[in-house]
Order: sequence, then structure tokens, then C-alpha cells
Amino acid sequence: METEILDVEKIKADFPIFSCKSPGPPLVYLDNAATSQKPLVVIRALEDFYSTYNSNIHRGVYKIAERATAEYERAREKVRGFVSAPSTEEIVFTRNTTESLNLVAQSWGRKFVSRGDRIVITLLEHHSNIVPWQELAKEKKAQVEFAGIDKEGNLDLEDFKEKVVGAKVVAFTHVSNVLGTLNPVKEMAKVARREGALVVIDGAQAVPHMPVDISDIGCDFYAFSAHKMLGPTGVGVLYGRRERLEEMPPFLTGGDMISEVHLSGAVWNDLPWKFEAGTSNIADVIAFGAALDYLSNIGMSAVRRHEIALTAQALDELPKCDGVKVYGPSNPERRGAVIPFNVKDIHPHDVSAVLDGMGIAVRSGYHCAQPLHEWFGIPSSVRASFYIYNKGEDVDALVEGVRKAGEVFGR
Amino acid sequence: MSEDVYKEIIMDHYRNPRNFGKIEGPDFSAEDNNPLCGDHVEMAVKVADGKVADVKFIGRGCAISMSAASIITELIQGMTLEDLRKFDKEQLLEAMGNPDLGPVRVKCALLPLKTLKLGLYTYLSKETGTEAK
Repeated sequence: METEILDVEKIKADFPIFSCKSPGPPLVYLDNAATSQKPLVVIRALEDFYSTYNSNIHRGVYKIAERATAEYERAREKVRGFVSAPSTEEIVFTRNTTESLNLVAQSWGRKFVSRGDRIVITLLEHHSNIVPWQELAKEKKAQVEFAGIDKEGNLDLEDFKEKVVGAKVVAFTHVSNVLGTLNPVKEMAKVARREGALVVIDGAQAVPHMPVDISDIGCDFYAFSAHKMLGPTGVGVLYGRRERLEEMPPFLTGGDMISEVHLSGAVWNDLPWKFEAGTSNIADVIAFGAALDYLSNIGMSAVRRHEIALTAQALDELPKCDGVKVYGPSNPERRGAVIPFNVKDIHPHDVSAVLDGMGIAVRSGYHCAQPLHEWFGIPSSVRASFYIYNKGEDVDALVEGVRKAGEVFGR
Repeated sequence: MSEDVYKEIIMDHYRNPRNFGKIEGPDFSAEDNNPLCGDHVEMAVKVADGKVADVKFIGRGCAISMSAASIITELIQGMTLEDLRKFDKEQLLEAMGNPDLGPVRVKCALLPLKTLKLGLYTYLSKETGTEAK
């Protein structure tokens, strides 16, 4: 199909899961907003670490430990370069985006947020960018306020601008994991910083899919996960502006995050290790580096163009099916490759089951964003999300499956 | 999990739910929901002579949870409360044609049963409480 910007067949050949012989129809993987598949280079990087230089980092003075440390820190430099952060000292490895956001709420928030402060988030947030702030607010007797959205699911920028006046913390998603809404993050960060607020961005659905330049956005914190961008599970990233990271206490304490420990107390390690207590997820961080190389070779602008084409095709085709309602911005340029929809009054689980029978993997439910579903007045939805190994034919298969679900369950 | 789980009996009860509606002044009722998928069900029972005299349900959910609720209302009509107490998961799944639901969707089938039991146990504990007085 002409929707393909990337050479999908060549890309698919790099992912063992697509040539895995299992009973039933071949896998059409459309649950990329949940997690991505892994190319062989990433799987090999894990194998290579464990089979040839497995050792702990930052301590050993023998050859393989020096290599492990070098590869781990090289991955950090790759991350920095990938999102154009000013320095590697500002790149902290965590377990996932959720942990990155909790780190900010717990460590910075507990020190600097106090009674009566306002924390502004948006209706588009994933639970991981809601609950840590609600818990912090409960503890500090602060308030959490939600900026609204319009009927299409675009942020109500005027409402946002009004709410951020005098806010202590402003936290928002770059791309919504439910509606795909692409937020004007640079403008939002500018408005919030003018108010002197801490600016925190959840980039879990953005960094895997489009060029992201953190220096250009101008935020205090930016969080994302490796597993949604071809990397292994168990690795998250938190970019933190140096001044902010320096003024806050460590999140977890123990080994590796200290420079000196005495009977009377400890001295924290330098950035970024101050926030990486205990043995890190070394193998997975190194393999994440391989994932970043893979994506860089394709080029993030090409990834974005490819996904816009697939999204445009889906936004065009799905509503033609009887009883299908698609949610989110109508302009594919203003959303990520995440398409939520419902078929008649058929429960999303039933739609997914029919699709599963055809080898098509989608997500159904609230997608960890219950407030958003409540706002739209829908109990739950089916969500299809694309990535570099999807092609026009996959969208066709989805459309066929949705038609079939409508026939099987239509009442 | 694929569409093979939608046995004929499940589709029949999904398309034509039995005993869907409300009971005026039930002896016990309970509601519950599955927060992961948004399914909601309310089961209401009228009791006479220690037996289920009438049972109805209302709810919103997938074909599995709604058909399970409907099937339960047919199965327990006229049942003694003692048998209702013993009525279990295996009996329900058998009546549904033993679909291979898998660990996630089996919870859909069990939601109405769990809800019914919640109402029953609350009712029975009150009854014993009254007798004790």
C-alpha cells in the first residue's frame, strides 16, 4: 500500500516474533501503546551481556566489569542524544515511566509541595500521572486540578492557561495513551514555567513514535519507558533538569547512590547515580541502547510519517464500518498512532475476542485512564495502536475484523 | 482467547437475556462491577419458603458476563437457599457449555455469581442474627 513510508517487510524480518511458528493465523500486533515487540539486535544484546561480560557496574576493577560499566554508561549517552537532553548527568534510569513520575512526586514533591499548593494535570493523563499527584496532595493537603479537553479530545488550552496560574506543579502527557492526542508541549511548558511551576511531562507515548527534543521543550522533568520503543521491559528514563535534581533528596537509598557512608550518616553520590540506588537493570539498559541504535537508523521523522499514514488510513476506513465510533482528534497530524473505538453497543472484550480469533492483538478496557472514559461517558473502548512493523494490510485486517465483530454480536 | 468461546448458549442468552429487569422489594440484592472492563451487574432475589421465588438482574457488560447473569437466573429459579449457597463456579461454567475462557475472561463469567453470593451471604447472616435474638 502507498501508506507505507518504511520498508515494513525488511523491518519485520528483524523481529523474531513475526516468524514464530504458532498455530492459527499470523500475528497482527496492534497493541503497541501497551508494549512494543523486540528486534533480534535487542534480544542478542541481552544474550551477549549475560554470556560474555556479565558483572556488576561502577565497582569492579577487572576487565568485564569495566566493559559492563562502559556499555551501561554508553547507553545513557545514547538516551541523552536520542532526546537531545543537555547532559548525561540529567538522565536517570528507573524501572518504567510510572516509577519516573513517582520519583518526581515523592522526592521533589514531598520536599517542595506544601499545604494549599495547586498541582495541575489534565483529563488526558494515564493513571500513573494522576495517582502519584493525588497521593502527594493528600499527604500535603494540596489540591489536584484537571485541565479540560474539547469534544475531539484536544486539550482546552485556554482552560489549561487559566488553571496553571499560581500552580506549584504542572504535569501533563505529551501524547495521550487513550485518544492519541498530541499536546502542544512546548507552549504548555512555556506557560507553566512563566508561572514558576515545576513542569513534568509524561512522554511514554511520544518518544517511541516521533522526534522529541527535550532541550527545545524546556521542561523540568520528562519520563518515558524502554519497552514501548523496542527495548526490554524494566527500564524507564527520567530526564531531570540539573538544578531540580540537585535540590531534591534521593528517592531510594542504599548502595551505589552514596559517595561516603559513616556511622553518623551518608553523603549522596553525584548525578545521576544519586537516583540509582542498588544494582541497576544493567543488561536491559545496555539492550535498550541497541534499541535506540535501531530506531536511529530508521530515523524518527520517518517513523512519525509512517505512523501518520497508517493513522490516516484507519481514521478513514474504520468509521465506514456499520456502527463504529472512533474517538480522538480527527487530524492524523495532531495525534499519535493510537486509535480508540467502539462498535455499536458491543462490549470491547467481545470485539477483541473476535479480533484475537483472526490473530489481531488489540487492547480493550479503560487503558489506565478511567477519568477520561468517564468524561466521554463510555464504559471502555477498544484500542488499536501502530508501530514501525505495521503496514496498510494490518489496518485492512483490523477493519475486516471490526466488521465481523459487528455481524457476530450485532443485536 | 478467540471467538470459539462464544458457545451457542452464550450467544442465545446474550441476544435474549432472561429475567432482565428489577424486582420490587427484593429480599436481597447486591451489585458489583469489574473496574478493569467496566462491567456492572445487579442481582435481586425474592425469597419464599426458603426458596428463590423470583430472581432478576440488570447490568451492562460483555457477552460473557451478561449471558452468565442470565443463565444463573434460569438455573436458580425455585432453588432452596441451601442449594443456592452450594451453587458454584463449576455448575455455572458447565451450564455455559464449559467455554475455554482463560484467566482474564473467566472473571467476567464469575462477576454475576460473585454478586449473587454477596447478596445471599449478607441475607443469611442477617437471618441467623434475627434467629439468635
